[in-house]
Amino acid sequence: MRGSRSKALHDQALVNCQYSMATFSTGDRKRRPHGDRQSSEMTLHLKQTFEAAILTQLYPRSQIDIYVQILQADGGNYCASVNAATLAVIDAGIPMRDYVCACSAGFIEETPLADLNYVEEVTGGPQLALALLPKSDQIALLEMNARLHEDHLERIIEAASKACKDVYAVLDQVVREHLQEVTALLGK
Amino acid sequence: MAGVEVRLPAARERLAQGLPRGAGEGGRDLVAPGDTITTDPGYMRGHGTYMGNEKLVASVAGVVDRVNKLVCVKALKTRYNGEVGDIVVGRITEVQQKRWKVETNSRLDSVLLLSSMNLPGGELRRRSAEDELAMRDYLQEGDLISAEVQAVFSDGAVSLHTRSLKYGKLAQGVLVQVSPSLVKRQKTHFHDLPCGASVILGNNGFIWIYPTPGQKDEEAGGFVTNLEPVPLPDREVISRLRNCILALVAQKLMLYDTSIVYCYEASLSHQIKDLLKAEVMEEVVLQTRQRLLELEG
Repeated sequence: MRGSRSKALHDQALVNCQYSMATFSTGDRKRRPHGDRQSSEMTLHLKQTFEAAILTQLYPRSQIDIYVQILQADGGNYCASVNAATLAVIDAGIPMRDYVCACSAGFIEETPLADLNYVEEVTGGPQLALALLPKSDQIALLEMNARLHEDHLERIIEAASKACKDVYAVLDQVVREHLQEVTALLGK
Repeated sequence: MAGVEVRLPAARERLAQGLPRGAGEGGRDLVAPGDTITTDPGYMRGHGTYMGNEKLVASVAGVVDRVNKLVCVKALKTRYNGEVGDIVVGRITEVQQKRWKVETNSRLDSVLLLSSMNLPGGELRRRSAEDELAMRDYLQEGDLISAEVQAVFSDGAVSLHTRSLKYGKLAQGVLVQVSPSLVKRQKTHFHDLPCGASVILGNNGFIWIYPTPGQKDEEAGGFVTNLEPVPLPDREVISRLRNCILALVAQKLMLYDTSIVYCYEASLSHQIKDLLKAEVMEEVVLQTRQRLLELEG
């Protein structure tokens, strides 16, 4: 437990996230010494996502820190942070319900688009970020930043969750290769 | 500045490419979080698993360990889980009422009670109020100690004791922090290596390398530290040992006295600083692995 001990929870672990962007990560150089509104919102989202996935009740009175820094921003910052943090949490051996995979999706010219890049994000169409526990198809976080007709919602969520599962396949393969490699080396 | 070597970061090579692939697969299950281990309700839920929809599901990435009806998943890398009798190396983080808080790489800070250590002046001395006031004279914030696990509390926190002359404050040496799963459990974790230095392989993954003390009785679990300068040859041995341990860790070889001695001997043909290069590490550890295999026969 770091910092104020009064924040410690007696029945579960505290998930503490910190999201920041490097000054050189975006096109225009911007110093954000204490983070801006956008990054504190992102911090909150990350925290919610991982509180849903990590089995926090196993470790009372302790704290799990997740620090994310964006080095190059080209859209999908939240999603990349979640996917990277999932791998980090698995590597640290922290028990989770499932992987958390995230992907963004947008709706431009009547077509749902998965995994938006920066240009697609700034065009201003509706976009949504989805964090999924892919094995059980549970949603850890769903966020939408504009209004969208209900009829389109299903298609766009469909596109996002399909992309999440594709991300899951990639992450899972990497984790398994690593596992195999290390167990073979340890030769237990 | 002619001899300075500059390297750019490069992608890590896959280590197990050269090793037989089948070795990791035969009869052992590797699981990742969210994988269903079994749907049979007759099994008992162990560490690293949880029940979801009447199925036993893994919550960490690791190897499935079945003992009769109990199913556990052992993660490759975790924080230290204390067990009674383990030898640990730790760092004092706080001095409190009648106790010290010790950082031992476990999830919660460990405690060392004033009553569970040897104080100068005999075993059976009552701990008086003066002792309590003088606690900072024995151990200060930042001091390193070796100790044994006396008890594990229900929340996983560990209580330590130093009631033996083997344990106590550590004076001069080098600390290496590795993953606790790489330290092999053995009868003894204090080793005087033939190369002229000693190591304490803490079960918590803290490894202390120090010059072999002159007289054995001198260390005496004391809280007086020997601050005489360590001669250069000893320091060279210690730094070589440190780099060897780092190499063994990078190549995921279990740490115990034999593996460290073999690695040290294999490294003698290289300069100490060269041992930090990836390709030298690989070569040295490969030789060590080979010798260990020959030893096993």
